[in-house]
Amino acid sequence: MADLPAITLRDVVKRYRDKDGSHITAVDGLTLDVPAGVCFGLLGPNGAGKSTTMRMLTAQSRADEGAITVLGHPIPAESKEARAVMGVVPQTDNLDEELTVRQNLEVFAHLYRVPRAGRRGAVDRALEIAQLTDRPGTRVVNLSGGMRRRLLVARGLVHSPRLVLLDEPTVGLDPQVRADLWGLIAALRDEGTTVLMSTHYIEEAERLADGCALMSGGRIVAQGTPGDLIAHHAGGSVEEHHGPPDRLAEIEALVRRAGLPTRRTGPTVSVLRAEHIPPSLADALGNGDRVVRRAANLEDVFVVLTGENVG
Amino acid sequence: MADTRLRRFEWAPVRGVWRRELALFRRYWTSTSFAATVEPTIYLLAFGFGFGSLLGHIAGYRYVDFVGTGIVATAALFTSAFPGMFNTYIRRIYQHSYDAVLATPVDVHELVAGEASWIAVKGGLFSCVPLLVALVFGLPPAAGMFAVPVFTVLTAIGFALFGVWMSTVVPSINSFDYVITGVLTPIFLVAGTFFPVDGLPGWARTAAHFNPLYHCVELVRHAAFGFRPLTDLGHVGALALFATLMWVLAVRGMRRRLID
Repeated sequence: MADLPAITLRDVVKRYRDKDGSHITAVDGLTLDVPAGVCFGLLGPNGAGKSTTMRMLTAQSRADEGAITVLGHPIPAESKEARAVMGVVPQTDNLDEELTVRQNLEVFAHLYRVPRAGRRGAVDRALEIAQLTDRPGTRVVNLSGGMRRRLLVARGLVHSPRLVLLDEPTVGLDPQVRADLWGLIAALRDEGTTVLMSTHYIEEAERLADGCALMSGGRIVAQGTPGDLIAHHAGGSVEEHHGPPDRLAEIEALVRRAGLPTRRTGPTVSVLRAEHIPPSLADALGNGDRVVRRAANLEDVFVVLTGENVG
Repeated sequence: MADTRLRRFEWAPVRGVWRRELALFRRYWTSTSFAATVEPTIYLLAFGFGFGSLLGHIAGYRYVDFVGTGIVATAALFTSAFPGMFNTYIRRIYQHSYDAVLATPVDVHELVAGEASWIAVKGGLFSCVPLLVALVFGLPPAAGMFAVPVFTVLTAIGFALFGVWMSTVVPSINSFDYVITGVLTPIFLVAGTFFPVDGLPGWARTAAHFNPLYHCVELVRHAAFGFRPLTDLGHVGALALFATLMWVLAVRGMRRRLID
């Protein structure tokens, strides 16, 4: 069982009907295996198909074509069994504002079928995860944004699931709360829980994901460990040149002639695989104050592959 | 947790929904009880004694007794249809609560069962309060009155599900005005609550028989003044049929709105 992937998607297609009657293909032939016991990142800009993919795993969205299994259960035929052993943390905060922290967790402990004997312990554990042991009686409406997000995560963990789906877990959070949640996600993975996380924060995926898939236009454009993807598509380092448009166009032309990929972001041209810049080109590009060298990242990979920015 | 095969319909989701509602009810029960008691009292005073002083007796009953029993059914309608419409709409559209619930091992029909059963039991029981008020105003007690909660809960199940269904039909929350004015008001008026349907034109009398509330009014009145077994079995059957039809429409509507 441990060797089986936690999630498999085979040639999955999802189309939506637009208001004018035309079809939009949100997910377009997606094939993906998420191994058990890892933290897997689904990366891509808004509209790439990440959230639709997440919804298909809980059968809240039904695939038009293809096959999906979650923890060995075919979806949607056995989606109820699959949902019993997975936890979902949505992007939209849908906590029950009128209830207290503890009541929110208790309701979901019921829904997740936590046996009566273990319910109190499960709720207490979730309170610890949310770091809200001192506020069980506080109504959700009175919690801060960070507390609410932690409670949202803890609610999806109240039944100790084997798989957790996190849809943009840290979007809109301040750095401290984001760091807290990253610690929590890393701890889950270390305990053997499979985590599937969609994100458009490159740093989040690089820090946490053992493997990731880059999505664009409903398809996977690249897949692998963050390190492999960066090494393969963007090389070791990136040289960023800042300057007026004419100078940037000149740099782009020079670099492309040398066969190296570039990336344009506002007033910056990034030269990828900068470690391969030949000395003659280095001289032509110059090395003044307006040049910065940095390590390549997944954002570079994404732009190279799709021409789009992730964030 | 070990993987277990789950049944198509389970009670755990219903208990989960009830757990939430009970937590809220513990906070709001005083205002709910106040409204449930004071409103029928005002109706009874206004109609029972206001109109009653002009009418005296109607269809063989004291007017205050006629209205007292009619208001029970009216309460069953309003305490179930309104929460069915508004609560369900707000939770689905604004609070996204159902998205959270359906990500757990709960299917749409179980969610609808949980929401509608709570509304129906709460609304059905509270709508018996006017009967107690009517007793205070001189309605003669009868053993059959113990069956009234059964009739009101059965009626409320149908109207709660009607509300859930309507919440999936309306394009916006303002569109409920059409439902209230165009559907609920006629149902409320042409059911024999404030005046007997016998006095209405033929077409309206026929229409009344298709009005679920009419069957509830008849059952409550018979519970207070004497059952007519065969007729009343027919009334119960009509209410059960209404509830079944609304169940099918509510579940289908919610599935269409929540699963894409």
